[in-house]
Amino acid sequence: MSDLRLAIRQVRFTNTAFWRNPAAAFFTFVFPLMFLVIFTTLFGNTEVTLPGPDGQPITVSQSTFYVAAMAAFAVITACYTNLAIGVCFQRDAGILKRVRGTPLPGPAYLSARVLHAVIVSVLLVAITAAFGAAFYGSDLPSGGDLIVFIFTVLVGAASFAALGLAVTAIVPNADAAPPVVNVTILPILFLSDIFIPLGEDSPAWVDFVGLVFPVRHFSEAMQAGFIGTEFEWSDVVVVALWGLAGLVLAARFFSWEPRR
Amino acid sequence: MGDEAIAVRGLHKSYGDVQAVRGIDLTVERGEVFALLGPNGAGKTTAVEILEGYRERSAGEVDVLGHDPAKRSRAMRERIGIVLQSTGVDPYLTVRETIRLYAGYYPSPRDPDEVIELVDLAEKRDVRVIRLSGGQQRRLDVAVALAGDPELLFLDEPTTGFDPGARRNAWEMVRNLKALGKTVLLTTHYMDEAQHLADRVAVISRGEIVAEGPPATLGDRHLADAAIRFRLPAAAELPPDLAGRAIVTGDGLLELIVSDATRALHDLTGWALERGIELEGLHVAQPTLEDVYLELTGGEAGQE
Repeated sequence: MSDLRLAIRQVRFTNTAFWRNPAAAFFTFVFPLMFLVIFTTLFGNTEVTLPGPDGQPITVSQSTFYVAAMAAFAVITACYTNLAIGVCFQRDAGILKRVRGTPLPGPAYLSARVLHAVIVSVLLVAITAAFGAAFYGSDLPSGGDLIVFIFTVLVGAASFAALGLAVTAIVPNADAAPPVVNVTILPILFLSDIFIPLGEDSPAWVDFVGLVFPVRHFSEAMQAGFIGTEFEWSDVVVVALWGLAGLVLAARFFSWEPRR
Repeated sequence: MGDEAIAVRGLHKSYGDVQAVRGIDLTVERGEVFALLGPNGAGKTTAVEILEGYRERSAGEVDVLGHDPAKRSRAMRERIGIVLQSTGVDPYLTVRETIRLYAGYYPSPRDPDEVIELVDLAEKRDVRVIRLSGGQQRRLDVAVALAGDPELLFLDEPTTGFDPGARRNAWEMVRNLKALGKTVLLTTHYMDEAQHLADRVAVISRGEIVAEGPPATLGDRHLADAAIRFRLPAAAELPPDLAGRAIVTGDGLLELIVSDATRALHDLTGWALERGIELEGLHVAQPTLEDVYLELTGGEAGQE
């Protein structure tokens, strides 16, 4: 069997196991939708102004804003947070070490994990988009925009997955995985137009955080698809560069054995 | 390469200033069950993990089925099976799914159902791993290692934590593997395990092999002096030639250490019969593997 077929086969088994673990399925699928409902219920009646195409600001209801934000959040949760925590648990359980002793190449195993997270992300974005279109008046991207949008989702999912693998290198053990991983992502989520719309007048240092880290770039690229704000390729490029950095770090520091 | 599955010469491994393995030589023939016996912290697992390709050695030559394990070649991993000391599989897959998953990594795997049969998990075939008992999970560990139909199997402390019944079953399983023609390298700190399973044993202590051979003759224990033990009625007194060699053991028995057990026993029982004395609890003992082991390892306490 070729390595590619081995990886695809691995994805199938990963998927079977994923759906049998209620906690994993719950946190991955219900969390983003739950947040979407909560945020839109709390703030849905106000409006938010976003930079539109041609520099014209466009004003949308906050519920529409949150459809895009929660789609981005869902991708980050599935690919970064959950993948990183899951891999740490597998590492502590000795699963990774065992795989390392079989002929399955390490990259094939990890690609399968990443591929599964990407597939789950696509599914999540589709669900969020359908939910948003049905209840919160968000656009559904179509035509050429749809292709760009799907490309954005795939690049984002793969990049956050690579970062998720990289972050496992600083997690000492599975018990520490949820706090460590959340500490690395939650503050950035708050400062990156995900939970709180930043609008036009956010402090300069917050804008700086958004500029440096990949989350705001990703969320703004997603907004373009859902809301019709301006799409900028530079956003996708920044996300991809972070993904590349994650890949390099993971290749260098990833541990197959419990660190203890 | 002849009939050797494993050949190791001058193997060293140090972590900083600590020398975990200090010059090990060993050869494991094909089809042999070889046991590395030693207390915790003696360097068994380090040595075995070098052979498996998990650790890099500091010095020495290692050949496993014609491969240098440090190169981590896929061709080698296709021919070995590894049961680690602590290891896991996905808890949400069933026994059969797990074996099928791992079997798929190998070029010519054994039939998954046959593997499941071999470790006696047929009844649990469709049960999720998370619902298996500890002993069943350990058997699954072995099954996973067998999925690829390996020529050489590494078993790192396969029965630690088992109750005596589960232990016997595991031993039976290893004997089945030998019957299939597999080469097995197992580590253990149980004397009886080495004695029951291994064709040859190497005792490892503080990173060195201190004795090697078949369990029955390890440390020349078959040539060692025997101990004749018995209880003497209060009124009786041993003849002078025997009395001089007798010592009183902790449980009140008299013990004679003799090099000529047959003659000494004849003299002793002849004397007793003549006087109509019954020698309560009479028995002759060779040093056990445990005696030899404790002597060889200098009573070195486990590190864990």
